[in-house]
Amino acid sequence: MDKPSPYFTSLKCRECGRLYPKQAIHVCDFDFGPLEAAYDYDAIKSVLTRKAIESRPQSMWRYRELLPIDGEPTVGQQVGFTPLVKADRLAKALGIRELYVKNDTVNYPTLSFKDRVVSVALSRARELGFKTVACASTGNLANSVAANAASAGLKSYVLIPADLEQGKVLGSLVYGTNVVAIQGAYDQVNRLCSEIAGKYGWGFVNVNLRPYYAEGSKSMGFEIMEQLGWRIPQHTVIPMASGSLLTKIHKAYSEFTKLGLVDAAPFAVYGAQATGCAPIAHAMKRGTDIVKPVSKPDTIVKSLAIGTPADGYYAIHAMKQTGGSAEDVTDDEVVEGIKLLAESEGIFAETAGGVTVACAKKLLASGAIPRDQSAVLCITGHGLKTQEAIIGKCGEPRLIRPSLREFEEQIYDKDAAVA
Amino acid sequence: MPSVRIPTPLRKLTNELEVVDAGGATISEVIASLDAAFPGLKERICDDAGNVRRFVNIFVNDEDIRFLEENATPVKATDEISIVPAIAGG
Repeated sequence: MDKPSPYFTSLKCRECGRLYPKQAIHVCDFDFGPLEAAYDYDAIKSVLTRKAIESRPQSMWRYRELLPIDGEPTVGQQVGFTPLVKADRLAKALGIRELYVKNDTVNYPTLSFKDRVVSVALSRARELGFKTVACASTGNLANSVAANAASAGLKSYVLIPADLEQGKVLGSLVYGTNVVAIQGAYDQVNRLCSEIAGKYGWGFVNVNLRPYYAEGSKSMGFEIMEQLGWRIPQHTVIPMASGSLLTKIHKAYSEFTKLGLVDAAPFAVYGAQATGCAPIAHAMKRGTDIVKPVSKPDTIVKSLAIGTPADGYYAIHAMKQTGGSAEDVTDDEVVEGIKLLAESEGIFAETAGGVTVACAKKLLASGAIPRDQSAVLCITGHGLKTQEAIIGKCGEPRLIRPSLREFEEQIYDKDAAVA
Repeated sequence: MPSVRIPTPLRKLTNELEVVDAGGATISEVIASLDAAFPGLKERICDDAGNVRRFVNIFVNDEDIRFLEENATPVKATDEISIVPAIAGG
């Protein structure tokens, strides 16, 4: 057993503030409020300086005092520190002065931001003595649990809706995990998992390990600030499924401010959803924090298709508090967003990335984000995982025989005529 | 009587029972009956106004009561009710 961290002190109910020991528990016994990691920020402030961070390896663990484990990370030590791309061509296409893409399509090892949360959850799972880990997933989390459990020598079970994209199913099976496909929507997978979590002594990363898991998302926010030259971006557009990532990026910005690692500055966070499953965006637009669940999500954006978003309430408050807002886009707009990001910046994002780009476009068009300011788009997963969404929508290769004449007649001369 | 599946955080109140029987013809009545058998249970899942808390989901068979008639949702003797805490995304 590792010595307890002097920085990560306890779990705390977000609703009533009751404190709990750092065990595999996730809800408050008294009001079912979610438990969240609590820290001793004074202790952290005395050790976590810009200089200390910059001297460490380029991974999410350079911010380790702000992540909820006791000892050294033992799973996913190389995760994170993905590129923050200055996206000038996309900025021009969308009509904004300055734009950055936080590119988690190349996160290690499974090409989505979920490697961040799994790295924390499985490192903590080991500290707590779990031998088997599991998750409910729309795909990316399953891939990451499967891969990271394999490399850590942990047994794993991933539970997914049966209708997921082939790339995401194969991207779990290959690691030798136990893939259980549930005949139902993600929310039904979730419900089953919450009923079996704890029953077999498994560490369910997004159920009984959720307080640890969720904190991993903060590292995306920490990296954005450091990579921008130690400042908070004015506007950040973030895809929402349960709403957790948005609340954790908000928390990351607040923590760095509190620790004096960045200057206090106004910032706004914006949530992006697909219209076919947009319970948080719709509540935000109605001006309420009561999130009406969506019983039957209907969108190509399966990774965001959570009808009962657990962190929707907090996501709405984070957006409201910072002066941000929410948007949602149709499946056609999602495909256009994927293509625009690929054609302007050479980044191939999954459907959730299309949602983020397309929502940013709408937020700029409506004036919610002023065109003369600066924004960051959080692109959270790789497009090779959701190929079904765009097959047949990006054209077809032009087929010729291996002949110079055919190349000239059918390709070069034709293109020259168009140009 | 309808059966109610109790989530881990509430089992301290139900002597660690995972499934209990409860009387009542609606969700409100079921909750009242549970509270009579296991005092303190209602205040865990309902706020002061008697509404089901934000982070609690209640299902009758496979349907979330938010898609039915909320607290007034009728229940039959053969129904299975589940109390499920909200969980994070994936």
